[in-house]
Amino acid sequence: MTSSTLTVGERSTVAARPRAPRRRIRVGGAASVILLWVYALAALAPLIIMAFNSLRTEQDLANQPLGLPLHPDFGNYSRAWSEGNFSTYFVNSVVITVFSVVLGTGVSVLAAYPLGRYRFRGRGALSSYFLAGLMLPIRLGAVPVFYLVNSLTQSLPGVDTRFWLICVYAGSGVPFSVFVLTAFFRQLPMELEEAARIDGAGELRIFARIMVPMVRPALTTVALFQFIPLWNDFFFPLVLLRDDQWTLPTGLTRFFGEFESAHATLSAGLVITTIPLVVLFLVATKQIVAGLTAGMSK
Amino acid sequence: MVQAQRRLRRPVGAGGGRPRRRVLLTFLLPALALYTVFIIYPLVSAAEYSLYSWSGNRQDGFAGLSNFHQLFTKYPLSEQVWRALGHNCLFFIGTMLIQTTLGLAFAVLLHKSRRGKRFLQTAYTLPHLVSPIVVGYLWSIMLNPQFGAINAALRDVGLGALAQPWRGDPHLALPVAIVVNAWQWVGFPMLLFGAALAGIPDEYEQAARVDGASSWQVFRRVTLPLLTPVLGIVTVLTFIGTFNVLDLIYALQGSQGNPGFATDTLGLLFYRTAFQNPDPNAIGQSCALAVCMFILIFGVSLAANKVFRRMEERLK
Repeated sequence: MTSSTLTVGERSTVAARPRAPRRRIRVGGAASVILLWVYALAALAPLIIMAFNSLRTEQDLANQPLGLPLHPDFGNYSRAWSEGNFSTYFVNSVVITVFSVVLGTGVSVLAAYPLGRYRFRGRGALSSYFLAGLMLPIRLGAVPVFYLVNSLTQSLPGVDTRFWLICVYAGSGVPFSVFVLTAFFRQLPMELEEAARIDGAGELRIFARIMVPMVRPALTTVALFQFIPLWNDFFFPLVLLRDDQWTLPTGLTRFFGEFESAHATLSAGLVITTIPLVVLFLVATKQIVAGLTAGMSK
Repeated sequence: MVQAQRRLRRPVGAGGGRPRRRVLLTFLLPALALYTVFIIYPLVSAAEYSLYSWSGNRQDGFAGLSNFHQLFTKYPLSEQVWRALGHNCLFFIGTMLIQTTLGLAFAVLLHKSRRGKRFLQTAYTLPHLVSPIVVGYLWSIMLNPQFGAINAALRDVGLGALAQPWRGDPHLALPVAIVVNAWQWVGFPMLLFGAALAGIPDEYEQAARVDGASSWQVFRRVTLPLLTPVLGIVTVLTFIGTFNVLDLIYALQGSQGNPGFATDTLGLLFYRTAFQNPDPNAIGQSCALAVCMFILIFGVSLAANKVFRRMEERLK
């Protein structure tokens, strides 16, 4: 029920553990511990400075570039939100990313099901066709994508350009998602659907009621792996959308032009762009763990 | 016999395991359509566009390889292509030296340490969750000569003489970009090396120890050769990543790769050639550049893969 990669990972950490207790505390050991913790500080400090800066006033920041937010001030956030247009960018980012992930995962789980469960002519070719996308840098097709979306917008003026961006994004998630989900479907025991068939369930019903719930942990992984790069992407909105349709990373490029030297306000904009990912991870970690433990208890 | 086995593995039931064509299509078509129309078709079109001459968005006729010829002969492209390629090569070398070496060192040290391993791993990999655009702007704030945290910290500890205009100095700009990029990505090779280390049986190290090898000898003669496959993967992925770098430099130095093109890369050049190009043949030139980049990245990746395969076999 749980993924095989995870079991392999666990086994290897268990295997690695017994070596630790003996002969490890030496001078070299102490030096390496110090090195590791110093670098941990270097890895985190810029992010902490970003958060601190966003809570300080411009005046304070100019006098003392390094300092604590002793009197936290949320004015920077309201300035970025309203004057910096972050309210618009935020909504665009949420809508575009969420719909892209849902559409991309949805079509991928549909396609992965027959690829993982059935034998039919052309299955191997189709799998390779999807797999090839893992190696294709889609930005290199930016010019044709631009003209494709342009002509689609002109011939279907009722449809928002953002919808076509969602289609591009969803398509970009297909190769990885189909690859992972196919592997998951293949692992499920055949008896499951045989039993359902004997009970008279139809193809769609077996898929929706039995198969999809069985691969739910994989769905979470696949959705997360699409969410992060799409949320962070600035290139395609920059190329395809009008500036009132921009997402957070793309909006940042204009924001930094407008508020050039207002470092505290700029930091607030950076935090607004980053926070949703952090929150998502806190929430999703719980979900992943819950999915795994539910599988184990069966 | 084989046939009988095959039949056994097939789901039995309606239609003897062969689903009806219509059902199959219903499942496969949405993904196939989305992927083909919005990913494959544009990439194939880009290759096709590169063979035509354009005025604005009107195709003027078949041009053979003249767009490719223009890339390397027509000023200013001819100058920019080579400069950008050089910067990408430096970016790759610098990243391998800093990021991959540090990633390997951290993986080895973490593998042996017990306390705080989880926390350290999370701390090291956290920056790569953040958008490269955010990372670029964050560091451009911190590297500001007057109001930035880096120079302020140097002044605070009495090293004010080392304070620099980090982003403005043409000699420093590219190394600074490489270091910032390594700061964001170092957790990635670390995780890959860490996973590989966990798979090496303890007995190898113990046997070498019994034979009297020092820790360095064990690392150099036992552990490192066993890490060759991962090193191959990391090298190829680093190559692909550094030759596609765009977002970080765009945020750190703008679309021109400031100061004075000192940080220009192929990714930025492609963006400018496609979308900020006054030349009427912008489509032809940019698609030709895209094809060149694809061939370069894909070709080198395949070749590197082969070389590493051969190295692995020799070790066995």
